[in-house]
Amino acid sequence: MSTRKSPALLIVVPLVLLASALFAQAPKLGKPISAADLSDWDINILPDGTGLPPGGGTPVDGARVYAAKCAVCHGPEGKGGANARLVGGEPIKNFESEKTIANFWPYSTTLFDYIRRAMPYRQPRSLTNEEVYALTAYILSLNKLIGEHDTMNAQTLPKVRMPNRDGFIVRFPDKTP
Amino acid sequence: MTPRDQAKRELESLTPVAGNGLLHRRAFLRGGATLAGAMSAYRLVPSASAQKLADDPWSLAPGAAVPDYGVRSRFEKNVVRTLSNPKAEPRTQHARTPHHLLNGTFTPNSLHFVISHAGDPDIDPEKHRLVIHGLVKQPLVFTLDTLARYPMVSRMAFVECGGNSAPMFSNEPIQASIQALHGLVSCSEWTGVPLSTLLDEAGIDPKGKWIVAEGGDAPHLSRSVPLTKALDDAMIALYQNGERVMPGNGYPMRLLLPGWEGNMNIKWVRRIQVTDQPGMTFYEARTYAPILPNGKAYRFYFIQEVKSFITHPSPGLALSGPGFYEISGIAYSGNGRISKVMVSADGGRSWAQAALQAPVHSKAFTRFRLPWRWDGGPALLQSRAWDEAGNMQPSRSELVAARGQTTKVPAVTAFTSQHYNAIQSWSIERGGEVRNVYA
Repeated sequence: MSTRKSPALLIVVPLVLLASALFAQAPKLGKPISAADLSDWDINILPDGTGLPPGGGTPVDGARVYAAKCAVCHGPEGKGGANARLVGGEPIKNFESEKTIANFWPYSTTLFDYIRRAMPYRQPRSLTNEEVYALTAYILSLNKLIGEHDTMNAQTLPKVRMPNRDGFIVRFPDKTP
Repeated sequence: MTPRDQAKRELESLTPVAGNGLLHRRAFLRGGATLAGAMSAYRLVPSASAQKLADDPWSLAPGAAVPDYGVRSRFEKNVVRTLSNPKAEPRTQHARTPHHLLNGTFTPNSLHFVISHAGDPDIDPEKHRLVIHGLVKQPLVFTLDTLARYPMVSRMAFVECGGNSAPMFSNEPIQASIQALHGLVSCSEWTGVPLSTLLDEAGIDPKGKWIVAEGGDAPHLSRSVPLTKALDDAMIALYQNGERVMPGNGYPMRLLLPGWEGNMNIKWVRRIQVTDQPGMTFYEARTYAPILPNGKAYRFYFIQEVKSFITHPSPGLALSGPGFYEISGIAYSGNGRISKVMVSADGGRSWAQAALQAPVHSKAFTRFRLPWRWDGGPALLQSRAWDEAGNMQPSRSELVAARGQTTKVPAVTAFTSQHYNAIQSWSIERGGEVRNVYA
């Protein structure tokens, strides 16, 4: 029924023109937000230490926080709990090896970032920055990656060299189009 | 002779194009509807023989009230996802798609696979915010209402967990349904705002090379994505198969990175920071870094590579007796469109080209089909896919040589490694049962 088709076509053409005209001018509906209003969400820590907050903590401080808030899932002193052990680990041989902080994690900053955003599992974002620094120091110390009296802060944490730092083959961008 | 008998005889006279009864991909199209009617159906239980037809109660009285939100027939209650952690204990939950009970190319929203590392948050869309900040000229915040006013795009895209098919790394084939083996991939039509539109509005600093995207869930799950991908085909998806994104898939909005590792498609996305370096977040530094046989591990294995598996038949969907069947399955590639799928019924000695259901979308499920006459004897079904970038699905032995396998059989739910995309082999036993085998 060609007679019924032509009015529809007449309508379609102006709509297409209208759509492309709208597309050309960006809606610009995003509202500017200040750093202060964003601060509670601005929690990414980059491997060079970008984003680390002021403050610091020691393994001794961390042991107290750990016993109160972490040991129930991860076990006393980072092992023997129902959830991931945080201490030790045989050298990585193949994918049946258990990935641990000491034998696999390439960057110390990941520890601070992950504890602060995701832990404790039932109360994420409940720890202060000082507590996160202290826990990070405690776990690194249990793994003998720092001394038992070393303080972790924005300057010292990114300098902690993780044993498996060079254990990776980077596929991007080499093997992606 | 009835038309059905005639059709059956015509079909039986067709010469197979490959070993063990594989027929030409257009055999049924040539034969028409009557020929297709001669096929044996896949059945979970044997059907009753033909008998005199009569009206059943549902044909003799009006039916039920039409619901405001449709639900499937009560006879389809067995079509469900399998749950790894149904009591929501404090660990990750997985819900797997029943590929053997579905057909076509899109996954119903209620059956789309879900992995949630700390449950599905109950987000009030009025209060949800999306922030874009970091190395941009002007940090911006968007509400769902404002995003809904932007020009949108729709596209088909599969999402696949990097750990899908992990049971196939087992040194011995694990007997489990296709749902347990390959159920962590699904496909939908996603509709939303191109991420490039929002990044352009914020104004990317020339130093920006990556984005770090973060969800509003309890773990605040975060992943780094190269800016090139973010500006290519990334989307802030608001709709899934026409309705708002499901809670398990990121309501009210998710990052969609077509063809890339599922975990990077941040659900409940609330913040995107443009950075000059990757964040080395927990999931990229540790979890999605598959260890290789030499003890090194891949970092940034982003693309879900070309893959296919036969869903009909498959473990959990047995054959009901010798005769005609349609072999069908799904193929997909994170590198573009599927260009070809070959099927073998004799363990790879001979191959026939399968028909691809049109239209074939880039980075989306493509349904392939091939008619088959099963003689009732042992058969070994395989499918092998190619994508438009020229990539070919590897054999299992090729994949294992490069990536390794276990030394002892792991739990079917264990994620020993990731990015398994090798050819899947199904053994058809004499009774019609289907087994997972290595061939």
